[in-house]
Formats: sequence, structure tokens, C-alpha cells
Amino acid sequence: MIVAKRKPLEQIEGFLEGAERVLVVGCGTCVAVCMAGGEKEVEILAEQLRMRAKLAGRRQQIDEVTVTRQCDREYFAPLAACVDQYDLLLSTACGAGVQFLAERFDHKPVLPALNTLFIGVAEGPGVWSQRCTACADCILDQTGGICPMTMCAKNLLNGPCGGTNHGKCEVDGTKDCAWTLIYRRLEKLGRLDLLKKIQLPKDYSVATKPARFTHEAFQKAENQEP
Amino acid sequence: MGVPFRQACQEKKFVITAEIGPPKGTDIEPLIHHIELLKDKVDGLNVTDNQSSVMRVSSMAVCRLILDHGGEPILQLTCRDRNRLALQSELLSAWVLGIRNVLCLTGDYVTVGDHPQAKPVFDLDSVQLLVTVSGMNEGKDLAGNDLQGKTDFFAGAVVTPEADPIEPQIIKFHKKIAAGAQFFQTQAIYDLDNFKRFLDRAQPNGVKLLAGIVLLVSAGMARYMNKNVPGIMVPDHLIDRLASAPKGKAIEMGIQIAGEMIRKIRDEKLCDGVHIMAIGKEERVPDILRTAE
Repeated sequence: MIVAKRKPLEQIEGFLEGAERVLVVGCGTCVAVCMAGGEKEVEILAEQLRMRAKLAGRRQQIDEVTVTRQCDREYFAPLAACVDQYDLLLSTACGAGVQFLAERFDHKPVLPALNTLFIGVAEGPGVWSQRCTACADCILDQTGGICPMTMCAKNLLNGPCGGTNHGKCEVDGTKDCAWTLIYRRLEKLGRLDLLKKIQLPKDYSVATKPARFTHEAFQKAENQEP
Repeated sequence: MGVPFRQACQEKKFVITAEIGPPKGTDIEPLIHHIELLKDKVDGLNVTDNQSSVMRVSSMAVCRLILDHGGEPILQLTCRDRNRLALQSELLSAWVLGIRNVLCLTGDYVTVGDHPQAKPVFDLDSVQLLVTVSGMNEGKDLAGNDLQGKTDFFAGAVVTPEADPIEPQIIKFHKKIAAGAQFFQTQAIYDLDNFKRFLDRAQPNGVKLLAGIVLLVSAGMARYMNKNVPGIMVPDHLIDRLASAPKGKAIEMGIQIAGEMIRKIRDEKLCDGVHIMAIGKEERVPDILRTAE
């Protein structure tokens, strides 16, 4: 899932300068799971902003609503009726959701309340870690299910650098050396032969931005559109 | 001018290289002094590439200055700051400037240096860079295009004998050989028994291997490296010797230690030579060499 964290309250408050009526729009999917922008977090953020406005003596109306997903158009329908009452929309979705909301309501300023961090997993309560960089050419079959593109700071493909340090990474001593992990996993799986193969340079052209993908079942339909 | 480094590796029983760090700024007087001081005492002068991710004069420019002063440069090329276009362009440019030796490295990560906000590149890794050099030596670029005039680099790589765990390091060492590395310069070694164990396991047959000698200037430096530099392990008995030196004389003890190690490596024929990294104390390299005689 996408992991995000809230921007500093001062920065968000700055976004709202001059706006009398603000709608905080939450997202009920990834950012709800990582406790950054779901219904509960939107409630807290809106309340904090109301308190700050009151303390500063600003007349500011701050309302809140959370949709199922901001990366899917269908969930914007209920918003259409009320958006015009507001000067500004504050989205607590990931960067993708903010953009989609801004695209749908392009006559209103839509501002981000979160910083989007990574595609990751829940390691434990309240702890998430990155696992995938969406390189568009997955090599996990070669590396024992551990991604060097993501887990190695230098995204090395042929083994550890000289900075590998008793299983840790020299870039950040609290993090594991990806290539030590890969070595141990492949050893356990009896697949060290995979480590001996020279991996040629990665094809970065397949990850050219901005990426777009049409499922093959829909390709025909898309082509037929006028 | 002495013999090319490649020829020295083929002909000499014991090869010696030393490292030179380019200046941070345009004042090259001390650099020229170091080049003049060392060029006839060693078989090759390595020039670091934005060493420790600190921005400096480029390795290529200093390599050319070494040639101009009659020395034999070894271009260090890292994958940190350049993508595959820039790396290959750098290699062609080095060749046309007369540079014949290249040491292929991954490079330190950017956050350890003086521009920690920079975008790290790492388009290629060290093995892939060696594959690239080998291709260019055959007249092809990485995309398979023909070159109008090929290179003929003597390509080298690094290995860390004290890496833990050592197994993946050794696997990568052999990949580097398969990718075209003809010589190796190791990370600093201080424990020759460990080094012998590494050589037994790694079996560096068919390539020239120069043991890395980093000059110790104080007990504090040795302890700092043990704590902070991965792949470096200074044994306690050496730290004790440095600590026992009279005040201000620890560097003399460091020179003594480096000289003894070089002598042992040479006399016991442990490997093909040494690579001396004096890190800011280049003017003491001749003293190390004298002590090693």
C-alpha cells in the first residue's frame, strides 16, 4: 500500500491563509490504514485547524468529509454537490489522490495535507517500511524475494558494496544490508547460483514517467473511443 | 616516464601504487608537488573520484596532470554521479587524453559527503561498469553501437577482504573478474592472517591483486576507523603500538607499521603488490617505501 504522513500543522495552516470556508477531504484506503488521512485523522486535523483559527481570531469554517478512495472518480460524485460552498479543498490522500481530486474540481484550489512516503508494508503496529519502487521490471525471482532496487540505497544489482557492515548498511546503520539479506535467503533456498550470474544494467526506459497502463481487456474499448 | 601500469603488472614481482586525492578548489600547487614527489617511486597513481562524496576537481583532470608531469595515472571511476551516458563519455574522454588504466567502483553514497541533498545516480553498479569497459575495449558501447576507434583500458576493481559476511563479497569478486577486471586494489588490510584466509578462499588466479595499505596516523584514527568504516579492522596490538608512541610521533609509528606490512606482504609473496592510501599525508609515502625496503 501507499504510506504517507501528515505535513506539519504549521505548513497546512499556511495553506489555508485567506480561505474562509475549507473542506478537508479524507481518503478511506491506504492512508486510512497508515493512520495519516482516513476518517479519524481528518476529524483530528479539522478540529486542530478549527482550534488554531479560533486562537488566532480568524473567522474560518472548516468542514470534513471522507470518501472511499480519491484515486477513483466514482467516489467523487457525492462531493460535487457541496464543493462550490468552499474556497479551498484540503486533501489527506496520497499525491495521486490529491491530483485526481484537483483534476475533478479544477475550479477550486486543492492542497495536500500529507507527504507521500513510499509503497510499503506494515511491519508492526504503527510501523511501515518501503518494499517496492515500482521499477516496472520486477526481478524478485532472481533475488530471493528481496528487492535490491528498493532495499539497497545504491540499488545495486550484483551484490554488496564495500559499505556492507556486519549485515547492516553504511548509509544508515539501523538498516539491514539488502545484499546480506539476499545472500542469506538464497543460501537458505539453495539458490546461490542466482547470485553468481552477472546482472546486466537495468532498462529504465520501461519506467519512463508518467506511466500509463490499460488492461488488455479494455484496450479495444479504449481504441474505439472517439 | 616509467613503464605503463599494465606492463609493470606483467613484468614486476612486486607492484606499488599510491593514491592521490584531487583538491577541493583550484589551487593545484600541493597536488603537483605530490605528483612530482611520487611519480617515479610508484608504478601507478590512483586518482580518487569525488572521494567520500565530497565535491572536488575531477579524477580525469588530475590524471591528465599526472601524465603531463610524466607519471602513470589510474582513473578511479564511480557510479554515484554519472549515468551510463556520462560514464561512457568519461571513459572515451579519458582514453583520448592518454589515460590507460581505470579502477571501477560503486562509489560512496551521497549522504556521507558534503552535498547530502544531491540526487544519487547509481544507474550502473561496479560489475556493470566493468562490463561496459570490456565492451568499449571491444569497440562497442553499452547499447551495442560501434565505436569509431576503441579503447584498450587496463581495468581494475576493488574488493574488501575484511567484509562480513565474506561469502557474497567473494562471489562479487569473481563476477568482477568475469566482467573484465584484470587487477584489484583492496580495501585497507591490517591483519595479515585474515588476509591470507581471504586469499585462500578468494583464489585470485589470473588477476593482479594489490593489498590496500592505509597509513595510520594515530591510535584515535585507528579506533575511529574500526568503529565507523565498514570493512576495516585494525587489530588491538597495532592500536597499542600507536598509543605507545611519544606525543606527536604516532605518525612515525604508523609509517613503521605500514612499512613492516609491505615488507611482509612482499617477502612472504602474499599477493602481487600494495596500494598505499596515505589520505592527506601523501608527502610521507616515500618514508613508508623507505621503511619497507
